[in-house]
Amino acid sequence: MAGMTVIVRTISRLMFPFMLLFGIYIVVHGHLTPGGGFPGGVVIAAAAVMILLAFGIESAQRKISVLQAELAESFGGLMLVGLGLLGVVLSLNFLKNVLPLGTVGNLFSAGILPLLNIGVGIKVAAGLVTIFYAMLRVTEDEK
Amino acid sequence: MMKRILPLCLVIGFGIILIFTVLSDVQPFGAFPQRPLIDNQSVGQAILENAPRTTGSANVVTSLVWDYRGYDTIGEATILFTAVCSVAMLFRVVRRRE
Repeated sequence: MAGMTVIVRTISRLMFPFMLLFGIYIVVHGHLTPGGGFPGGVVIAAAAVMILLAFGIESAQRKISVLQAELAESFGGLMLVGLGLLGVVLSLNFLKNVLPLGTVGNLFSAGILPLLNIGVGIKVAAGLVTIFYAMLRVTEDEK
Repeated sequence: MMKRILPLCLVIGFGIILIFTVLSDVQPFGAFPQRPLIDNQSVGQAILENAPRTTGSANVVTSLVWDYRGYDTIGEATILFTAVCSVAMLFRVVRRRE
């Protein structure tokens, strides 16, 4: 895929950091405001896919390679299971909220819930980018 | 003509039923939700009242998804992982045959 015209490239270069920031905001504030890991991860993946469509697959894979996306997805999954096992180690219950709860409404509150949201956000974003790369590879070969 | 009028009447009738069902149960804005089932013993009510205190999360949906039903959400993440793995595997096989 070769990429698009200079108008699309400029606009998507301008939009990319804001989309990334918005996705990260949705993920990190998942325990305070509507949102969470799944929708925030999808917003981050949409930002990456926009860069991929505008600049072509080569420059997108220079930013995030296939191996990096796959590793990030596995890391997100391992983070979820690892936080679950942390509960087993500390209080004999899988996924028990073992960290201190803090004040309701603060950013650093709710124990392991923000960490779980961050884990699933990484996982969803990297997973969707991996799916997009895998599908694009086939269309590349058909040319 | 009859074929078009009958579904239209069905859709309008169903829509009126839905609108009246919602309007009969709508709560004033900002009111704490009250959903008693039997003798005020409702799971939803108990979760709504206790979620911020027991999980520390201001968002009740997140406390449900990650605390009360954490197993279910881990399962969802596993489904996504399996889907990504199978898509990658499928397209890799297609490429090798070509």
